[in-house]
Amino acid sequence: MSQTIIKQHIPRDDLLASGHLACPGCAAPIAMNLVLKALGPETMVVLPACCWSIIAGPWPQSSLRVPLFHTAFETGAAVASGIKAGLVARGDTETTVISWAGDGGTFDIGLQALSGAAERNEDFIYICYDNEAYMNTGVQRSSATPWGAWTTTTPTNDPEHQPKKDIMAIMAAHRIPYAATASVAYPVDLVEKVKKARTIRGTRFLHILAPCPPGWKTQNDETIDLARMAVERRVFPLMEVENGGTWRFTVDHPGGSIEEYIRRQARFKHLTDRQVEIIQDEVDARWGILSNRVEHGT
Amino acid sequence: MKKVMIGNHAVSWGVLRSRVEVISAYPITPQTQIVEALSDMVADGSLPAQYIKVESEHSAMAACIGGSIAGTRTFTATSAQGLALMHEMLHWAAGGRLPVVMANVNRAMAPGWTIWTDQNDSLSQRDTGWIQLYCETNQEVFDTTVQAFKLAETVDLPVMLVLDAFFLSHTSEPVDVTEQEDVDRFLPQRDATFKMDTSDPHAFGALVRPDAYTEMRWQQQEAMHEARDVFRQVEDVWEAITGRRYGAVEAYRTEDADLLLVTSGTITSTARTVVDERRAGGEKVGLLKVKMFRPFPTEELRGHLGGVDRVAVLDRNISPGHGGIFAEEIRSALYDVPPEDRPNLFGYVLGLGGRDVTPTVISDIIDNCRSTARPEREDLWVGVEL
Ligand SMILES: Cc1ncc(C[n+]2csc(CCOP(=O)(O)OP(=O)(O)O)c2C)c(N)n1
Ligand code: SF4
Ligand SMILES: [Mg+2]
Repeated sequence: MSQTIIKQHIPRDDLLASGHLACPGCAAPIAMNLVLKALGPETMVVLPACCWSIIAGPWPQSSLRVPLFHTAFETGAAVASGIKAGLVARGDTETTVISWAGDGGTFDIGLQALSGAAERNEDFIYICYDNEAYMNTGVQRSSATPWGAWTTTTPTNDPEHQPKKDIMAIMAAHRIPYAATASVAYPVDLVEKVKKARTIRGTRFLHILAPCPPGWKTQNDETIDLARMAVERRVFPLMEVENGGTWRFTVDHPGGSIEEYIRRQARFKHLTDRQVEIIQDEVDARWGILSNRVEHGT
Repeated sequence: MKKVMIGNHAVSWGVLRSRVEVISAYPITPQTQIVEALSDMVADGSLPAQYIKVESEHSAMAACIGGSIAGTRTFTATSAQGLALMHEMLHWAAGGRLPVVMANVNRAMAPGWTIWTDQNDSLSQRDTGWIQLYCETNQEVFDTTVQAFKLAETVDLPVMLVLDAFFLSHTSEPVDVTEQEDVDRFLPQRDATFKMDTSDPHAFGALVRPDAYTEMRWQQQEAMHEARDVFRQVEDVWEAITGRRYGAVEAYRTEDADLLLVTSGTITSTARTVVDERRAGGEKVGLLKVKMFRPFPTEELRGHLGGVDRVAVLDRNISPGHGGIFAEEIRSALYDVPPEDRPNLFGYVLGLGGRDVTPTVISDIIDNCRSTARPEREDLWVGVEL
């Protein structure tokens, strides 16, 4: 991608300060920085418990240059609903409210509040950065953890049994105006999706894959590579859904073997070749389902 | 304007007059009429509030917290299971110093399923950092609702006003609804001490290390202490407008009494009639009504109870493994009264799960209290039949 394209699409000003507390190689602050660049300073952030509760910095500091409300693990969508209502009550319909949660806070404990808010079509952007486990508490499984993965609650001799929950289908079933997946390896795609989401009213949902070196047992400098490979090999396709019915891929997904993607992550190192094939079959099957959604809307 | 209304609607009218800006609630008997009436008021435009019809009480409190940190006046109502579900967020509102106001209609906790009154739901939330005000009449419910916002926003603490299921929530009484312009003078639009503001961005509720956490709780505690004085001032202003005041503690015919009943909620009204009867018969019996449970009116209670022979505390609640909660709190408050002035305290547990507390029950308690030198146990259960 040329520098000019990046300059055209991605605003220069950072709303994430240096000195945040993420681990080296963490995708989560990259994702936040891109999102805030796209949204600008007229933004308020709600942050339920997750790694970002630490990344944001302890009192009295903050690594964000926008207002930030830390809240309980399962309440991101409900608190965001309340803040938006408060702003509207005082005549401010323009400030963007985002709820920024991990996969645990979204797929699991916060799903009820998220479903309630989405069903009411509350006017905020819900963003899930997905590192595929409860990282803040030391890498326990979540319902976003992929089949076969090691976590501290799915040891290598009894790894994760379930495939990743299809959160996009769940959100699409709420018929919210906009839902999309995004990746830190595709910054222009990510920023364009956030800018588009900003212009829409109602509940908007963004699902960002966020590799985590300590949780995935990868090297710090592999984050972007892995994020890109996840998209190219169709493990994490980039798409958007409007009004729950119109599904669209937003980048090319050439496909190919997922073997390298899996083998570069030591959280999968216990898997046999046969088990890697099982994952490949699952990825291929999911791709078929998604292609069908794109073609037929279901 | 005088209107006959149920206790639940007295809350709704208080919320209307207080010009609440964000409401978020979830239905539960016996509270539901509060939020139903508010739905009508919002729908017909008489209350121009944002009303978030959430999917749970946990989210109701979370949404109120959101509305409050955005700088607005927020309200919710609940009972029993709903209040218990909110528990985590009650700490969040109080620790975050957000002046959310909530009405809790006292309903006993399941199992077994019950919808009738007792105080275990609200008293279980004792240590969450909420101010708690217990009401006796529908007029008091209306007045307390409006006062609650003033108090909460002055000390930056959330306030729970509490009313008994059915005995107040579903019982009609005449209520003098204070005129809007009078309430407006008493309670202008909320001007938040701090709020989310893109022109002055701050982080709220971030990780706090051991070197600062204690100081935050200390400030919260100081605000609680301050709330005692602020409540008095709030009542002064309200009394000047309406002529009505209740007090954190109300003393009823306590002069020269050798036995005092201590009550809260609607049992108080029944106890008043019993006191009147006994006084008519020449007996020196009086009554203390405790309206404010948090902050605890320790000094007032010591002042009224010190030097009295016997005190009978009527608790429509139980702390399992200890005793009636008001009795235990008062017992501990009396420890600092000099031994010669320290009354003999009898703690009666009664009326659980909505069981009627009749004048006869209270009369029998007075007799029982006089019949022995000391209570035979910490918790004296009334009317238990096995
Ligand atoms: C009610 C409740 N249960 C458990 C926790 C402990 N807890 C805090 S963060 C967290 C995991 C967060 O996982 P996720 O949402 O995936 O974010 P991540 O840390 O992975 O970025 C847990 C279990 C909590 N704060 N609140
Ligand atoms: S544990 Fe993972 S997600 Fe959390 S800060 Fe470190 S790298 Fe980021
Ligand atoms: Mg996670």
